[in-house]
Amino acid sequence: MASIEMHNIVKQYGDGYPAVNDVSLDIADGEFMILVGPSGCGKSTLLRMIVGLEDITSGDMIIGGKRVNEMAPRERNLSMVFQNYALYPHMTVFENIAFPLRLAKVPDDEVRRRVDEAADVLELREHLERKPANLSGGQRQRVAMGRAIVRQAEAFLFDEPLSNLDAKLRGQMRTEISRLQRRLGITTVYVTHDQTEAMTLGDRVCVLRKGRIQQVASPRELYEQPVNLFVAGFIGSPPMNFLPATLEGDQLRTPFGPIRLDERRLAAVQGRDLLLVGIRPEYFEDASLVDDAKRPLGTLFRARVDVTEWLGDSQYAYIPYEAPEAVTDQLRALSRELDSEELRTQAVVSIDAASRIREGREAEFWLDSRKVHVFDPQSGENLTRDAEAGARLTQLASEDRVEQVQEAQARGTTIGGGAHRAGAA
Amino acid sequence: MSTREKTWWIVGGILIILYCLFPIAWIVSLSFKAPSDISNGQFLPSGPTWENYTTILTGSASDLFLPALRNSFGICLIATAISCILSMFAAYAIARLDFPGKRLILSAALGVAIFPVISIVTPLFNLWRQIGLYDTWPGLIIPYLSLTLPISIWTMSAFFREIPWEMEQAAQVDGATNWQAFRKVIVPLAAPGVFTTAIIAFFIAWNDFAYGISLTSTSASRPVPAALGLFSGASQFEDPTGAIAAAAVIVTIPVVVLVLLFQRRIVAGLTNGAVKG
Repeated sequence: MASIEMHNIVKQYGDGYPAVNDVSLDIADGEFMILVGPSGCGKSTLLRMIVGLEDITSGDMIIGGKRVNEMAPRERNLSMVFQNYALYPHMTVFENIAFPLRLAKVPDDEVRRRVDEAADVLELREHLERKPANLSGGQRQRVAMGRAIVRQAEAFLFDEPLSNLDAKLRGQMRTEISRLQRRLGITTVYVTHDQTEAMTLGDRVCVLRKGRIQQVASPRELYEQPVNLFVAGFIGSPPMNFLPATLEGDQLRTPFGPIRLDERRLAAVQGRDLLLVGIRPEYFEDASLVDDAKRPLGTLFRARVDVTEWLGDSQYAYIPYEAPEAVTDQLRALSRELDSEELRTQAVVSIDAASRIREGREAEFWLDSRKVHVFDPQSGENLTRDAEAGARLTQLASEDRVEQVQEAQARGTTIGGGAHRAGAA
Repeated sequence: MSTREKTWWIVGGILIILYCLFPIAWIVSLSFKAPSDISNGQFLPSGPTWENYTTILTGSASDLFLPALRNSFGICLIATAISCILSMFAAYAIARLDFPGKRLILSAALGVAIFPVISIVTPLFNLWRQIGLYDTWPGLIIPYLSLTLPISIWTMSAFFREIPWEMEQAAQVDGATNWQAFRKVIVPLAAPGVFTTAIIAFFIAWNDFAYGISLTSTSASRPVPAALGLFSGASQFEDPTGAIAAAAVIVTIPVVVLVLLFQRRIVAGLTNGAVKG
């Protein structure tokens, strides 16, 4: 197990395009770090530079205190799960999992013991003698994980390991990976473009955009205190709504009526003409269903609902609004960058599933103004970010992690590790 | 597909098969005809006889045919083996590595393959005589490599390109050196490609006539196709057609056996199940 440090890592391709640009990131020993971003943001390239399959143009890659820039993948002692699993089709499941051990010339009985152990953890016992071609997608995925955990690697690297599974299996494997990581307490770097995976798995999440780090923080901090428009729009599903606004006195004038700001946020946004207000869908509610106690904390507005989507446990309403051209273009560009194509300016609003608001009618909504963020439309910077509150959230998350790892290890469930170390000693 | 269409396909297929097999059937039929029966104007021999086969296997033509058969097998197998091994490395480099001159190598290989054999036979004949390779096994193996290597490199690199690169990267991350990754992962996966290439290379070498007739003079290294050309009848007024037909049938057998043996191996896609599915 080891920490991974990256100092000013740059990856430039032959045509001079920097796929990864000046990335510095510290991943603590035993931490679960997620690299996330839209396609082409450089997250996979960064992972492949950690494992050594991609050359590093400049910067330092330090694993366990050693600079590894020039080391071949096999010298780095990392294990990786590939997106398409990359199982060896001519070998049985047993030999697939045993492959790293065979290469390391581990004696036969030791190989058998450790493969069996890994197979037990991943419930692959009865499939050991089969060939990968005869396994289901989920089983292949587990074999790939088995190959990763069977040896004492410094860290696990995952390259979108669940993207080839169907939704149900993906959910199961996600919790499985999380449990496994806690159990083994091993440093993990996990690349994904799926934000559910990013939010649920990671101790910290690193959001990348065009090869640059936007923000590294716990999922909660990313969600509640994003640094800029990009992070705010990327994290959360359905995504955050961005409304054009102008400052009038101590209020923001938006298409959905005025929003009152507290003093801190008011001071932060002074002196700008046009602003963007970021409001998460769940900050809205059907006005008729809001407690009287909460009502004064937000503002009320009336709007015509275009479409509603009822999902049983929740309900979304879509409210179109008019926006100045400059803002529309900015929002279009942003949504394109986030791999979605927003065709109209509309707000997605999460309302109680019991709400009887109907499509095509006008309805009254309540908007919780306590948590709204205000962004500069030009630079995209979050003007009202509370850095301290954010840092506190991340601090809490890292304390949780330490506690969980200790707990998991106190139960003595690290695979092979104990026996192996005893054997080595 | 309607029944009518299906019938047409079947009829068409049968016609093509007949068209392709007719020369072979003709040769088989000829090989069973006695010398006097050759020009009987019929497809089938009037009295089938083993006479031609005994002539080439034990009779007067046997000291021409049997050594030639041995030479052909030896030379072709060695040439095939060498060309498979060399082309495996070459194709791997071409498929995997990025180096300057990669396209040049491929087009040069193609150039060599389409270069007419007959135009280099004469200079080669002179050269071989001077350096002592004339009428030896290596004297044929080397030119055969020039025939088999280009096509082997092309087929093999097509196969290597099909193998997902992740396989090899996974092996490297698992702790394999480049050589180990190649030997333990890539080569087993490329096995169907190697077989296909080997068979194609073997056929090319096996069927060669121009080099065989020009670069040999005795039974020390003369291959079968050249030996066939040297058969003579019992008298100068008699054609050795029957004996040639019998020898042709015999040299066709290994080719047919090879294809039947390995066709499943060639067709089977081994990479099945390597990646998502």
